[in-house]
Amino acid sequence: MSTDPFVLEVNGQSHEVADAHPGESLLRVLRERLGLPGSKNACEEGECGSCTVLVDGQTVCSCLVLASTAAGRKITTIEGISGDDGLSHVQEAFVDAGAVQCGFCTPGLIVSIGSLLESDPDPSDLAVREAISGNLCRCTGYGRVLEAVHLAATRRGGST
Amino acid sequence: MLNGRQHVGVSVTIATSLEDACAALTAEPGSLVLAGGTDLMVEVNRGSRRIGNVVALNRIPELAGWHLIGDELRLGAGVTFAEICDPEIAALVPALAQAARTVGSPQIRNAATIGGNIATASPAGDSIPVLAALDAVLELRSAEASREVPVTEFITGVKATCLMPGELIEAVRVPVLDGPQEFCKVGPRNAMVISVASLALLVDRSARRIRVGLGSVAPTPLRATQAEDHVSGHLDWDNGVPPRLEVVREFAELVASSASPIDDHRGSAAYRRHAVRILAQRSLTRVLNRVSPS
Repeated sequence: MSTDPFVLEVNGQSHEVADAHPGESLLRVLRERLGLPGSKNACEEGECGSCTVLVDGQTVCSCLVLASTAAGRKITTIEGISGDDGLSHVQEAFVDAGAVQCGFCTPGLIVSIGSLLESDPDPSDLAVREAISGNLCRCTGYGRVLEAVHLAATRRGGST
Repeated sequence: MLNGRQHVGVSVTIATSLEDACAALTAEPGSLVLAGGTDLMVEVNRGSRRIGNVVALNRIPELAGWHLIGDELRLGAGVTFAEICDPEIAALVPALAQAARTVGSPQIRNAATIGGNIATASPAGDSIPVLAALDAVLELRSAEASREVPVTEFITGVKATCLMPGELIEAVRVPVLDGPQEFCKVGPRNAMVISVASLALLVDRSARRIRVGLGSVAPTPLRATQAEDHVSGHLDWDNGVPPRLEVVREFAELVASSASPIDDHRGSAAYRRHAVRILAQRSLTRVLNRVSPS
């Protein structure tokens, strides 16, 4: 049993999804059918944030989006965050601040923080903590993640 | 393009109008109604909910947005918790915005809707104690009819409602009250927490009434009416002189005794009763510090 074909627009490209199971999440479709494994699959209940993507510019847990209902929306995954000119400010700051250990939570954090900086270019620590409250990291203790956010904010501010 | 897709017994209807959604629900009365997906998809992913026909509501303009009508706020059922955190809504119903901010995480608040929170009817639903304290009225709609039901009557048990087959929540109406409000929630973290106990306390100056709604301490939304009566009668509404400590304690005791909590993996019944006692005392003290004589 499958759902009828639908088209997803991911990172500016249209993909036809022909044979998704009923109930298949956007995360599964991205990873298993569209060859975009950057969004990670851990809890499948919206708790860990490692599957965070942008749908119409808003962060959501892709594991909680019924894939067929995302047709017609603009989906951005971690693969669409870095441009042709290289890493995003947030990605570069993560590298420079050493905010990555095992790396599993990193794609979700990058998407969440990118979204935060769009609406709040110079966030307070409290704002950062709230913005990443749905992204679990079990390695870094978040200290270097916070450093990376402020580094990215500074560089972003400097580049505009 | 995607409307009314039928396929070996499974169709996903992305409704683009309320009429569409009602028609789809009438045609397939057993359909799963999908709003933000943050509760439903957890069950689907876990395999505890078999997915059949789905009617998705998140593209229905009539369910989006909110309006002030007189001294009532009307929220479309599709309004998300991120939207309820908006300062404009927070100015009208502060406790509802406070509760919205405690829902999940930014990712969850971007998807989860107030209509979904009500229809899921979890005893721990974060908006529920506030809506109960506000005497919120739900506008329900089906292909044939529409009706209005108070939220406290709508939720009939743990995850049980009086919603009939083919019926949807269209909107929620709450009064804009004159007076400060508080929402408090107990849990292990400030985010991603299913409440262990929660409490909404609202001052209604024009009715000279304190309103109290409790969450996670009973199977259904609960008003602490005895406690409300007691404290409302003991407040100095004209001069704003703070009540004696005794009155605050008696109030908290009555709130605690109105709860009927259970023991579960999130907390014991005794802890929950203790927690609402403290929340009652704390929130009353906080709002009274902000009530100036009118």
